[in-house]
Amino acid sequence: MIQARLRKTFPPRPDSAGFSLDVEFQAGAGVTVLFGPSGSGKTLTLDSIAGFVRPEEGRILLDDQILFDGAARVHLAPQARNCGYVFQNYALFPHMTLRGNLMFAAERRPRLERHRRVNDLIERFRLQDFAGRRPHEVSGGQRQRCSIARALIGEPKLLLLDEPAQGLDAPLRAELYEILRQVRAEFKTPVLLITHDLEECFELGDEMLILREGKIVQSGTPKKILDQPASLEVARLLGRFNLIPAEIRALDPGRNTSRILIGEHELDGPYFPGHFKGDRVTVCVRPEQLKASGRNGRFGRNQIPAELNRAVEKPEGMRLEFAGGIKVDLSRADYERESGNRDWVIEFPADALRVL
Amino acid sequence: MGIDWFPLWLSLRVAVISTAIALALGLWIAYLLANRTFRGKEAVDAAVTLPLVLPPTVLGYYLLVLIGRASPVGKAWETVFGSPLVFTWKAAVIAALLHSLPLLVKSARAALESVDRTYEKAARNLGASEWKLFWRVTLPLARRSIFAATALAFARSLGDFGVTLMVAGNIPGRTQTAAVAIYDAYESGNNTLALGLVLVISFAALAILTVANRVGAR
Repeated sequence: MIQARLRKTFPPRPDSAGFSLDVEFQAGAGVTVLFGPSGSGKTLTLDSIAGFVRPEEGRILLDDQILFDGAARVHLAPQARNCGYVFQNYALFPHMTLRGNLMFAAERRPRLERHRRVNDLIERFRLQDFAGRRPHEVSGGQRQRCSIARALIGEPKLLLLDEPAQGLDAPLRAELYEILRQVRAEFKTPVLLITHDLEECFELGDEMLILREGKIVQSGTPKKILDQPASLEVARLLGRFNLIPAEIRALDPGRNTSRILIGEHELDGPYFPGHFKGDRVTVCVRPEQLKASGRNGRFGRNQIPAELNRAVEKPEGMRLEFAGGIKVDLSRADYERESGNRDWVIEFPADALRVL
Repeated sequence: MGIDWFPLWLSLRVAVISTAIALALGLWIAYLLANRTFRGKEAVDAAVTLPLVLPPTVLGYYLLVLIGRASPVGKAWETVFGSPLVFTWKAAVIAALLHSLPLLVKSARAALESVDRTYEKAARNLGASEWKLFWRVTLPLARRSIFAATALAFARSLGDFGVTLMVAGNIPGRTQTAAVAIYDAYESGNNTLALGLVLVISFAALAILTVANRVGAR
């Protein structure tokens, strides 16, 4: 269990805007994903925990060990922290073999144990055939496995990964996810992982922290965050939503209904706690929650007419882009059936509507 | 009568010893310059580099003031070892060191600083002490440039003339290095000897630089 509260400020300089990191979170067993755009403070957070950076204030507690305490002036050296760190480019020592890299990491363990531990990890990470080679002589997947094995040799109480999937092609990415699932199952080490890929959050993350400009703007399971982004900025960061300006026309808590105005069309929605009639809001709805179909004469309840700009082939199906920037995902079969239409309507299912 | 090989042999001995000292001392200074922040850091760097730009006579003068028989260092040396330091081959080593040290410090600092800091972060993260980190990670990763710099320093100390002449003198069979012997031979009209030594020194330097470039560029 890692508990961190930290603050670090970089004052503005002539050549760079200032930045301040101010985060508080805890992460237990399983994988916690730090998600955010570049420059949001993800790596700084990881480096503070690993001890490469000294925060100005706060406290970092790993299990019951204090790694950093601003008030008590405790700042353990990176060597004393026992946090495994997997670097973005793996940082395997190029002048050592894979086994040499693992031995280097194992040297703080008792002498008799070292070889056993190294051999054990070589086997578990399927590196037997490459252990005698140097990092540049093995494949990307082998380097990746070796760097994770190296980070785990000292039985760290926490594993930190800085964008491990950055720049990997699809098969390697799948392999990485498999290894990390293996790590989660076999090593019971809490994992803190940086990414800016939402797929990865779902693939790996038990918990997710969203960082923006040095602050945590939302935390929770990936599914919960995708279902209910806490704010417009979170929805924008996740990048998976139609964000449509609207106005609340009526609210009825008793019947759990509302009326909202999009453009010149009124739609039914659920009751929105915390909002008032007349509020200008943003409707937040995912493309796959909307339905699009051909317009036959009049349009029905919760449907608005729309002009199709283009249809884009996606791996999962078709994405229709309508005038006004509204996107709707449709299965290929549905699209085939409707593609003869010239006029379209978009249906907004009442229970899928969220406002921010 | 064949060529007197003593000056060459002496030059070689002086160069080997001064390069060894320069390597040890230079690595240490370069490490401090590359890894520590302290006041006057760039002043230290400038002071170490100074011998590269000062005239040999100025350096020789300073050295005589510093280690001459009347100086505290010179007196201390004489008390401990029973003979003066100046006008011995040991003074020639110091003279050569004056030029090989700056070359080494400059290149070694650049080489150490060019090692990707991620490797150092990784090593610390894996529990390596600063000592282990330096010897097992940073130095091996910088070894090519440092080897090239060492070769350059060696070539440079093989041929020092001005400072050596001032502090070690020109005593044939005792302190007369190859560079000094060439001057001596030329002055006394012994062109064969001068040419012989010139060619040997030139080829040695050329060979060393070729090796240094090959290793450094790889």
